[in-house]
Amino acid sequence: MLELKDICFERNNKKILNHINLKLDIDKFYVITGPNGSGKSTLAKIIMGIEKPDSGTILLNGEDITNKSIDYRAKLGIGFAFQQPVQFKGITVYDLLKLSTNKELTKKEACNILSKVGLCAIEYVDREVNKSLSGGELKRIEIATVMARNPYLAIFDEPEAGIDLWSFQNLTEVFKEISATSKGTTLVISHQERILNIADEIILMGEGKIQKFGKKEDVFDHIFKPKKCCKEVAACERGR
Amino acid sequence: MKEEDRKLLKEVVGEDPTKADSYNIRKNGQKLDRKVNPNINIISKEDNSGIDIYVKEDTLFGTVNIPVIITESGLKDVVYNDFHIGKNANIIIVAGCGITNNGHWDAQHDGIHRFYLEEGARVKYIERHCGLGVGDGKKVLNPVTEIHMAKSSYMVMDTTQIKGVDDTIRTTKAELDSDATLVITEKILTSKDQQAKTEFIVNLKGENSSTHVTSRSVATDNSYQEFISNITGNTKCYAHVECDAIIKGEGKVKAVPEIFAKNVDANLIHEAAIGKIAGEQLMKLMSLGLSEKEAEEVIINGFLK
Repeated sequence: MLELKDICFERNNKKILNHINLKLDIDKFYVITGPNGSGKSTLAKIIMGIEKPDSGTILLNGEDITNKSIDYRAKLGIGFAFQQPVQFKGITVYDLLKLSTNKELTKKEACNILSKVGLCAIEYVDREVNKSLSGGELKRIEIATVMARNPYLAIFDEPEAGIDLWSFQNLTEVFKEISATSKGTTLVISHQERILNIADEIILMGEGKIQKFGKKEDVFDHIFKPKKCCKEVAACERGR
Repeated sequence: MKEEDRKLLKEVVGEDPTKADSYNIRKNGQKLDRKVNPNINIISKEDNSGIDIYVKEDTLFGTVNIPVIITESGLKDVVYNDFHIGKNANIIIVAGCGITNNGHWDAQHDGIHRFYLEEGARVKYIERHCGLGVGDGKKVLNPVTEIHMAKSSYMVMDTTQIKGVDDTIRTTKAELDSDATLVITEKILTSKDQQAKTEFIVNLKGENSSTHVTSRSVATDNSYQEFISNITGNTKCYAHVECDAIIKGEGKVKAVPEIFAKNVDANLIHEAAIGKIAGEQLMKLMSLGLSEKEAEEVIINGFLK
């Protein structure tokens, strides 16, 4: 359903994305992982249209969306949860959820959405989405705005970033629920083994390239295989 | 009452002003209609330059509407309205001015409102200003609010000027005795070549008095706004002044904060933030399917809500 063809993105003479080719299927849960600076977030932003690639093509169900705007892509069913949730003065959680669903939403329906991300809804629905909320609360609300849209392709950029361990444990349950019930494709950028464990397939990135892409078990072997130093390898070879 | 007057009044008051417990409606410098009740009395000043509003002590849940409308191009209306709020009374006051100027001459309203709150009185004061009409004469509003707050009194002042006012100088002065609290929220939107200047001068005289002033403004096109706050803490007291502004196009906003602590226990804070709409805010709303223009509207409407 989503296909990236030969995507390149360079800034300040650094190749952030270097000839990326990727195909995502319907109804799967993907996790992109890799070290800091490997290009994960840039890749996600390019899919949503927040960044424009220098070259390459993005196809969604065969339609070329490379030069389409963020809102056009949103209307096609792409959703994006920001790594740093955006705050708004004067806009309440309820307002934001109404905008997300693009329909007349009752407070009860809004509360149901918030309950899915583990927030005691009645306490939050009329609060402003501003700095009075904690990092964990903002993160959950951000995730709720994406879930409320039932997107065809939901992208979550490092949902664990900036939240405490306890909040993160609860968030893992949210993603398990999404994985079990979502009818669309989910793409999560994460460093956390607990999130990686939920994935159907993992995309391992490094130095702007996809280093490994495949089933969880296969990529796990690649990520967690102990790496021997040259000296040890030489000693082993001598012993053999 | 003419239908067009009713419409303009609704724009100012937000509803039919004649539904309030008591009201005084002024049009083009003259009394149009008035209603009083046993607890709230309204008396014209002898020179017809305004009214005195008397609220008896211990009055609960009273409402007073005193809107002003101006429909004559070239009229300059100056009015002095004095509010005497009795001990422990609890009241909502809705005031404001709507100008429809379809002519070439400037139309101006200067409303000078003086509040005298006795001990324990509680007031919610809502003030709305707007300008309408297709004439090239200016719509000018210069409201002055003077607030005298006795011990343990409490006042919320909520002022809004959203559209159509070409020139405004808004002055608010307050003096607070011990344990008195004043909360001010101001929202202003200017566009085209409009100018708005607001000044808050608050003198915290009594121990444990406090004030919280929030100004949210949006300056678009080629408009100019100036926000001046001047808070003096003479004793153990608390003040928080917050000025947030969004600028668009060639809009300009100047914030001038002045806080003066005259006592070691005075705790005075000023925050000011001026800037364009954050790119992340636009992107977030666009990722929910809103166009850039729709996203801007949602952000500004929320900001001024």
